[in-house]
Amino acid sequence: MSQLEIKNLHVSIADKEIVKGLSLTIKGGEVHAIMGPNGTGKSTLSKAIAGHPDYTITSGEVLLDGVSILEKEADERARAGIFLAFQYPSEIPGVSIANFLRAALQARLADGEEIDASGYYKRLYAKMDLLKIDRKFTSRAVNDGFSGGEKKRCEILQMAMLEPKVALMDETDSGLDIDALRIVADGVNTMRSPELGVLLITHYQRLLDYIVPDYVHVMYDGRIVKSGDKTLAHELEAKGYDWIKKELANAKA
Amino acid sequence: MSASSLSVATNLVGSFTAEAFAAHLASLPPSLPAWWIARKRAAYEKFAALPLPARTDESWRFSSISTLTLDGFTLPSAAATQVPHAPIGIKKAAKLVFANGRLFSHEPLSAELAARGVIVTTLQDALVKHEALVREHLLAQPPKLGSAKFSALHEAFLVDGAFIHIPRGITVEQPIGVFSYALGATTAVFPHTLVVAGENSRATLVEYFGSGQDTEAQFAAGANDLYASHGAHLTYIGKQDWSHRALSFQSNSTVVRRDARVQSLNVHLGARQARHESLSQLQAPGAFSEMLALTVAESGQEFDQRTLQIHQAPNTKSDLLYKNALRGTAKTIFSGLIVVDPDAQKTDAYQSNRNLMLSDEAEANSLPGLEIQANDVRCTHGATSSRIDPEQEFYLQARGIAKAAADELLTFGFFEEVLNRLSADDLHEALRVLIQTKFKK
Ligand SMILES: Nc1ncnc2c1ncn2[C@@H]1O[C@H](COP(=O)(O)OP(=O)(O)O)[C@@H](O)[C@H]1O
Ligand SMILES: [Mg+2]
Repeated sequence: MSQLEIKNLHVSIADKEIVKGLSLTIKGGEVHAIMGPNGTGKSTLSKAIAGHPDYTITSGEVLLDGVSILEKEADERARAGIFLAFQYPSEIPGVSIANFLRAALQARLADGEEIDASGYYKRLYAKMDLLKIDRKFTSRAVNDGFSGGEKKRCEILQMAMLEPKVALMDETDSGLDIDALRIVADGVNTMRSPELGVLLITHYQRLLDYIVPDYVHVMYDGRIVKSGDKTLAHELEAKGYDWIKKELANAKA
Repeated sequence: MSASSLSVATNLVGSFTAEAFAAHLASLPPSLPAWWIARKRAAYEKFAALPLPARTDESWRFSSISTLTLDGFTLPSAAATQVPHAPIGIKKAAKLVFANGRLFSHEPLSAELAARGVIVTTLQDALVKHEALVREHLLAQPPKLGSAKFSALHEAFLVDGAFIHIPRGITVEQPIGVFSYALGATTAVFPHTLVVAGENSRATLVEYFGSGQDTEAQFAAGANDLYASHGAHLTYIGKQDWSHRALSFQSNSTVVRRDARVQSLNVHLGARQARHESLSQLQAPGAFSEMLALTVAESGQEFDQRTLQIHQAPNTKSDLLYKNALRGTAKTIFSGLIVVDPDAQKTDAYQSNRNLMLSDEAEANSLPGLEIQANDVRCTHGATSSRIDPEQEFYLQARGIAKAAADELLTFGFFEEVLNRLSADDLHEALRVLIQTKFKK
């Protein structure tokens, strides 16, 4: 069973501290939700863990199965089992989904080993069927001209193909209508297993009706300020983020 | 003769001395027509008299001049015993393989295509058997792009090449393949391909240039002539994969007649320095020339591409898209000119050069140009150079793809717009595989 440990993490971008001491442990089989208002540092947290070069980790640790990943390049982290489902996935004109995923899987093989093409396509089509993605998409360029919902489904397709140990899913629900949300949630739910830990970033409770989390954390101003079970999400939905802000202000006073 | 004037003369011809030329003529079969031998003699005179390109020549702007040597090369004499394995396999209608300028092997046309009059043979054979056609079209278009000296050298030392004729109304479904190999450390070769596509004929030609070893410091001065008669559709694919130490000059001429269309795609991978000149002449209404090129340039390589789209008649169209991917300290030059003659109204001409800079040390030069003498035309041109988008690169890395492989994938993404212009999927795939070999080196 795998485990991601985030220990007192501080992240800066262009010398401005965004994540200000965040700790969280995600074990295999667990789904953690992080909720929080816009601009609080959720995407910064996920991109920093994935190894985006613009984000500087000034202190703290991130361990995957007890081993620090912070010295690794983004691609090594990915191959070690970290997967980031982007809030805003890049468009890659001219690179088909089939070739893209093939390159990603090829990158996980030893030198000289070649992907078995027919097995690959069999698996790809099965996952696409599961996510109700038209098979024609395999020859379309990655995210190029996709609708918001198509992009998000494409992220989940990649996750399904790459089978990470830890998935950081950044607002995978945004831009999805209810049908698409169901499809995405079903996809994630079928992937849930003791081999996979999930960090679900969202600021709507709606997603959590479909992917039921084991833990809910509220993030505010770069920190986790409250943790609980799924009822915390409902409470947050009912009372709004102002409730958290007030509580914090009271605690300080 | 004084010592100094002798040395000047030597510098103008390098290894390609009058003695070497005489030996070359002596080696040709006696069956070749006298006019051809006379033309070769005149070409040699011209070659020997013309100066080498100078830094101040406008048509050589940005080119490295000091590395354009004519010295140290040898004219191959012995027949080759073996050629490298062709890197790509697609089904061909016929195939000619040349090694050091001489026919090495060939796969003939089907009896059916031969019976319908399709000709795929050597120039030496065609000079005798199809003399009138060859005489009309072989090197008939004078060089206009700066390489007159190298074109003359090509004509003088041309041993043999390919001659392809598609008669009126005939379609050849599968591509015709022409392979030219240079074998030996300092070998000089002069490949030539002449295609005459008859009225309303259809054909695809795939040409490959390769070396025995990637370390051979060879010399190539090649040329081709494509002639598309009324209503003909011709696709030409050239793949330049010479040794990374070769010096290459290639001069291509395309003549497009009424309602004919020629699509050409040149892929540039090899040579230390490769000059490539492409001339398209749109001679009658409805003529269309699509000029495409893909280049992967890396450290130690210079690709110098010069193009000319001449609209000589009304309602003609040309569309040029040249894409370069530059790695390391590579250097590329693109210089393109669209010329619209005074009566070529309703010309539709497009020219675009796009450079993908995969390194900060690479150098891409672009010189787009227009010379328009008609008033009712649509002409667009542009050049861009851009780096890889770091967010795209991170996206690929976040999927486990290392930077080098990410660059390769993004390069193919960049090239796809050009490869997609090909209507045949197997050609598209074969080119992809060929280009990939460059990234595996
Ligand atoms: N690339 C960037 N450059 C500058 N500031 C950034 C960048 N990315 C994020 N920020 C800033 O960091 C803060 C947190 O942003 P983000 O992590 O995107 O928040 P969230 O995902 O919670 O909405 C915001 O104030 C945002 O403006
Ligand atoms: Mg965000």
